[in-house]
Amino acid sequence: MSAPAAIPIAVVPTVPLLALDTVWFQVAGTLCNLTCSHCFITCGPTNRRHAMMSRAETRPYLDEARALGVRDFYFTGGEPFLNRELHSILEDALAMAPSTVLTNATLIDAAEASRLRALEQESRYSLEVRVSLDGLDPASNDALRGEGSFAGALTGLRELSRAGFDPIVTVAQTWSDGDDAALRARFHDTLRDVGLARPRVKVLPMFRVGREANRSGGYGSRERLTPEHLLGFDMQKLQCSTSRMVTSRGVYVCPILIDSEDARLGPTLRASLRSFPLAHGACHTCWATGATCRN
Amino acid sequence: MEPIAVFGGPYGNHLALRAVLEDAVGRGAGAIYCLGDLGGFGPRPGAMAPLLEEFEVIAVAGNYDRALAQRRPDCGCGYTHPKDNEYARIAYAYTDARASERDRGWMGRLPESLRLLRGGRRYLLCHGSPRQTNEFLWESASSDAFLERLARDAGADQILCTHTGLHWQRELPHGARIVNVGAIGRPANDGLRAAWYAWFAADRHDAQFVPVPYDAEAVAAEMDGEGLPPAFGDTIRTGWWTTCLEILPAKERARGRW
Repeated sequence: MSAPAAIPIAVVPTVPLLALDTVWFQVAGTLCNLTCSHCFITCGPTNRRHAMMSRAETRPYLDEARALGVRDFYFTGGEPFLNRELHSILEDALAMAPSTVLTNATLIDAAEASRLRALEQESRYSLEVRVSLDGLDPASNDALRGEGSFAGALTGLRELSRAGFDPIVTVAQTWSDGDDAALRARFHDTLRDVGLARPRVKVLPMFRVGREANRSGGYGSRERLTPEHLLGFDMQKLQCSTSRMVTSRGVYVCPILIDSEDARLGPTLRASLRSFPLAHGACHTCWATGATCRN
Repeated sequence: MEPIAVFGGPYGNHLALRAVLEDAVGRGAGAIYCLGDLGGFGPRPGAMAPLLEEFEVIAVAGNYDRALAQRRPDCGCGYTHPKDNEYARIAYAYTDARASERDRGWMGRLPESLRLLRGGRRYLLCHGSPRQTNEFLWESASSDAFLERLARDAGADQILCTHTGLHWQRELPHGARIVNVGAIGRPANDGLRAAWYAWFAADRHDAQFVPVPYDAEAVAAEMDGEGLPPAFGDTIRTGWWTTCLEILPAKERARGRW
């Protein structure tokens, strides 16, 4: 009698890289002037797991991305405006492709906003500025993002608006489903009240990793993708099918998983042009919500 | 090399479509091409196919045409913001309710793309991008490197597309050219009550963008009469977009009024 066939345990589906359209840069590493309690990569003033990137470090990746036909760049952290070389890095990037910088806006004053505006106007490409805000008042926002962060973000938003930007405000979805539209509308009203002529709001789901895992309990063992989840699913909806993240430690599959060593795909973009096993709880969130970190 | 006229998105705007077709014929177009999205937004989606047939227009399918032909639940425009999708749903429901079986069959037979050899250059005519019908190729959001990759992958020297509704063109460093011909059913968010299309003169590969005036007030009044959102009519009357603005990249958004 032959032995019974082994029962297959967890088969992890993979996502192919369909095209390298978007390249992200962890340009501030994991250093941030805030210590948000829901940060999925645990950024803060002392987290140096991923280091600040210099212009000399980013340039070869920008060139490599261009040779591979990149469409756009994103710059994040940590807080990118802590990086003293951010302007020269953005200058290099905007000579090649449209770019977006993600910030908490607390370090943006009038001089900073007008320097950014000058960079944007010198380029044929758009420079988007995305500002994180997680509440409509200091009490709700600062509970997550730290004391004074609401006032600081609003000052930054006003200066960006005065300089001619229409910043995109990114809100982490800390509320339950259902009142999404109403909350968006309230964000629009609040932003108009502070002087933004054309408020733009993007809502992102919560990723229960990093510091957020401590806050909300992280992912359950069943929140994992199986091949069945991906039957008939359009892989283009997963951002990892068209983008990569560059940090001081190499190239990762996406902005969410830079603390997972299995998500490091190699030292160069070329080395990262391969499929990735969707083994993380965060992969389930992207699949379930259709989320993308892009604008 | 004969002159050709190429336009995008008539969106049910029958007066804009007729004005453009008559202008192109008046200029002596050897051929006229439509890059898809016959319906949506405007008041007379059913008038589109007969007009295109009358003027012997060669058309490719837009996402709207595919969606109607396949009776999909939404237009597949590719918007990501709820505000944009809210208006997109209204326009699609209106158009879907008025699509005849003949219209759907006609749209279902439109090709994804067309290739021409014109003056030794390989033209590719498509709706969004060569790789995806509903991909937005915005001027300020498309790098040279990306557009060159699209052209190389498609084996084209010249990509003619639409979908964004805003016309622009660029010669790329290695010689390929991208021409987004814009859309005629909606103004170009420039404050002009005109339908813009692309004219390729007999000896030229670069486009001349032609604004054609039409009776915008009549179309807006029809839209109001049809019960379409007043914001749609406002766009036609003022030349400034009032809806589906969230998808615009920073530079394109900054040029508009809203």
